[in-house]
Amino acid sequence: MARHWRAGTAGLAVLGLTLTACAGAKVGDPSSAGAKGSGGKCGTFNLAVNPWVGYQADAAVVAYVAEHDLGCKVTKKDLKEEIAWQGFGTGEVDAVLENWGHDDLKKKYITGQKTAVEAGTTGNKGVIGWFVPPWLAKAHPDITDWKNLDKYAADFKTSESGGKGQLLDGDPSYVTNDAALVKNLKLDFKVVYAGSETALIQAYRTAEKNKQWVIGYFYEPQWFLSEVPLVKVNLPPYRTGCDADAAKIACDYPVYDLDKIVSAQFARSDSPAYRLVKNFHWTNDDQNTVARYIAVDKMTDDAAARKWVDAHRDKVEAWLK
Amino acid sequence: MAVAAETAAPAAPLRQRVSRPMVVAAILIVWLVLFAALRGRQTLTLAAADLTGLHRRLNDLNDSIGAGRNSNPVFLYFFNEIRLAIDNLVTFVQSLISQPTGSRPVPQIGWLGVVGLTGYVSWALGNWRVALLAVAGFTFFGLQGLWQESMDTLALTLSAVAVALLIGIPIGVWAGLSDRFNRIMTPFLDFMQTMPTFVYLAPLTLIFLIGGASAVITTVIYAAPPAIRITAHAIRSVPETTVEAADSLGTTRAQQLLKVLLPMSRRTVVMGVNQTIMAALAMVTIAALIDAPGLGKTVVQALQSLDVGTAFNAGLAIVVMAIVLDRVTTAAAARTEAARRTGGRLLRWRRPLLVAGGIGAAALVYLSHTYVWAAEFPGNGGTGGHIASAADTATTWLQDHLSGVTNAVRDAITNGLLNPFQTLLTDSPWWLVGVTLVALGAVLGGRWAAVTAAVCVGLLVGTGLWSDSMTTLASTAVATVLVMLLGAVFGVWMGRSALVDRLVRPTLDAAQVMPPFVYLVPFLALFGATRFTAIVAAVVYAAPVAIKIIADGVRNVPESTVEAATSAGCNTWQIITKVQLPMARGALTLATNQGLIYVLSMVVVGGLVGAGALGYDVVAGFSQGELYGKGLAAGLAIVLLGVMFDRITQAAARRTRA
Repeated sequence: MARHWRAGTAGLAVLGLTLTACAGAKVGDPSSAGAKGSGGKCGTFNLAVNPWVGYQADAAVVAYVAEHDLGCKVTKKDLKEEIAWQGFGTGEVDAVLENWGHDDLKKKYITGQKTAVEAGTTGNKGVIGWFVPPWLAKAHPDITDWKNLDKYAADFKTSESGGKGQLLDGDPSYVTNDAALVKNLKLDFKVVYAGSETALIQAYRTAEKNKQWVIGYFYEPQWFLSEVPLVKVNLPPYRTGCDADAAKIACDYPVYDLDKIVSAQFARSDSPAYRLVKNFHWTNDDQNTVARYIAVDKMTDDAAARKWVDAHRDKVEAWLK
Repeated sequence: MAVAAETAAPAAPLRQRVSRPMVVAAILIVWLVLFAALRGRQTLTLAAADLTGLHRRLNDLNDSIGAGRNSNPVFLYFFNEIRLAIDNLVTFVQSLISQPTGSRPVPQIGWLGVVGLTGYVSWALGNWRVALLAVAGFTFFGLQGLWQESMDTLALTLSAVAVALLIGIPIGVWAGLSDRFNRIMTPFLDFMQTMPTFVYLAPLTLIFLIGGASAVITTVIYAAPPAIRITAHAIRSVPETTVEAADSLGTTRAQQLLKVLLPMSRRTVVMGVNQTIMAALAMVTIAALIDAPGLGKTVVQALQSLDVGTAFNAGLAIVVMAIVLDRVTTAAAARTEAARRTGGRLLRWRRPLLVAGGIGAAALVYLSHTYVWAAEFPGNGGTGGHIASAADTATTWLQDHLSGVTNAVRDAITNGLLNPFQTLLTDSPWWLVGVTLVALGAVLGGRWAAVTAAVCVGLLVGTGLWSDSMTTLASTAVATVLVMLLGAVFGVWMGRSALVDRLVRPTLDAAQVMPPFVYLVPFLALFGATRFTAIVAAVVYAAPVAIKIIADGVRNVPESTVEAATSAGCNTWQIITKVQLPMARGALTLATNQGLIYVLSMVVVGGLVGAGALGYDVVAGFSQGELYGKGLAAGLAIVLLGVMFDRITQAAARRTRA
């Protein structure tokens, strides 16, 4: 038995050595070297990627352009917002591409520690609000007015809402005034915290398919809206200053101009990547297109970016000026 | 101990008249009566966005650490040095197997080399069967199209395990030798194992920066305790007589340690290594949240677009890696045992075989270093695509066909069990629940358990999250009941039949190491974003442990006892309920203890799918700076719940054994 083993092993070694002699491209041959020459004067560009597909789309396109047009070496870092902002100070993150308000973080890192600076808007409009699945809006058209919500509260009851209607909230990192809104609009609803965006999307998906009653917090731009076009419920309209006191809010969310934040150091460096980030500007439709490539068509970030960039060369050229 | 025994003695006659279950029932009835009278008073509720003074102070502490990062000497000369050392280790291992370095477009060792080396090492440390398993498993990663991701995960896991053992084994030896040091260490170890990782993820990246070092340190915090505990246990279990014999031969302490204690406890220490590896793999998806490369990232990213198939494919790779590493280390432990006993014939052949195998493996490594075909896994990972689409089809089918049934089950358990129990806990005055817990601790676990319960209740009130803690406690208790039901059914079944055991066990292993994130999406589709979904996820994770322990307990009931019962005319049901389960009482208590601890470790995951309460507080604290302090307090509350139940159930277990 053991003798066979030894023979076998020796045979394997010989076979290996023979293979060495005969065939195969060697590592380092020009034919097999994948990446092209190193970064040029752009150097390394550390790009934070926050965990939602819209952001992933932003990052895919900016990274693609930085690599192919500017020759940067892009390092994408998958991080939550708070940790990404922390990285500005330690020099590990150069840019955040899609910031939703976050006045607390701006106060801490831009005015406080002075490790971050603003780099203009992305052109995307962030709409936050309460949404219902399309079948519900069709069956009960008056549901899109908040004044009628109480009429349907009993239909929104679940095992979690303690006898009231359920208003489903998602990921805790997102901006929300829902608890105050329910209280101040005197609605017979209870905010239930789903705890993640995944849970929220799945709730809407199931609701639309099985014609169930769901109302919850959602936002656009979001890839899921191209799968199930949720309908927004109108809250009392937003007026400047109506959200000044968080405990007394009784109006809709403002439309957010999503903006870009970069580290102070990166802004001073005047690297070509910084100019790209500063000039980067597109529409909700653009973002939704790329997000759809990634989330629905299951393309890789790079392939999705290439497809969009090839079709919109004019926009990209404007960023590179 | 002596004091406890004395006080117990006069109480003994009393206890014979009033049995323990009756006392427990009496306590519960008093609680119910007082609840009816005092409902809704002094419940200490706190709204989701509200903070207490403690939470704000914890926030400020966190901020001041961040602000002092670049000037504080502790950072400059201590943390930064640690970070540098660990970063270098990780980068080195990655450059070997997973990441390109310098001008090389591929890592130093390609797939063929890694597979060859793994097979060789598995064979040398274990046996040829596990070597075959290892080769098949690692090749499977390539077929799945996840070669590089798997190697990144392997690199991080190996680095973390190396660091954990480097720290853990010496500490474990010390804790094994010194009772006092052991007592000091135990609370720290409890803390490291039950404190939710989300709580310290953000501060860690502030201290050790984003990257390999933070990922490894996060993993080490969670994975080192098993190594420490099991090593200490191993040193302690070396028979007294052996140590005395060595003593009488006049050995020094150092000789005793190196020549007697360590060699004799080697087998158990290897089991500690095994548990450390499993714990490290459990952190793969969590570490991905701070940019750790590897399979965890694939899982997390796939779930952003609810892509269950891709997430399942990557989760399966983690399961395969865990099973390979588990079987190899288990085989290695068995070999160290066998090598001590046997010798002779086989050993003569072993050395030349080892050399030959080593040369073969080296040749493969060389090939994979030099040639592209051996460096990059061929093909496009088509198998992975098939697995993903099969998983997708399966989940869609389940969602379409089962959701009616699942909703009924959910509503039945929520309304029948969870809601009443939760109301009882959250709507009672806090002191009433506190007194009940202390009284139960005293009856079930004795005086020290009662003291621990009292301290924990006090601290829970101190965290400012009493009401949330009670909500979480209710879900935890319901989940534990379900875990024990499953544990009893499957444990007895497996304990009575070796065949069933062999068939079910791989499924249990998979349920334990499959990242919960993977099965959360189908569960959400079936049960919605509810507390019940969180309970189901916790049961999936915790039931395997309970089942394994109970199966073990049932199997250890002496054969002769069962035979005696059979010949006395007992039927199967009577044998199970009258003989096997009562005799496996120790195993049942241990299973309850472990089941509860495992359920508690899923509280945060539950927070992601609608459980609210402490789990949500922790997740929110991780995501929002202002809520950081509250998240930390919630993490502490989870630890306190864990410690309280651990001490009560352990003390109860000691009593049932006595």
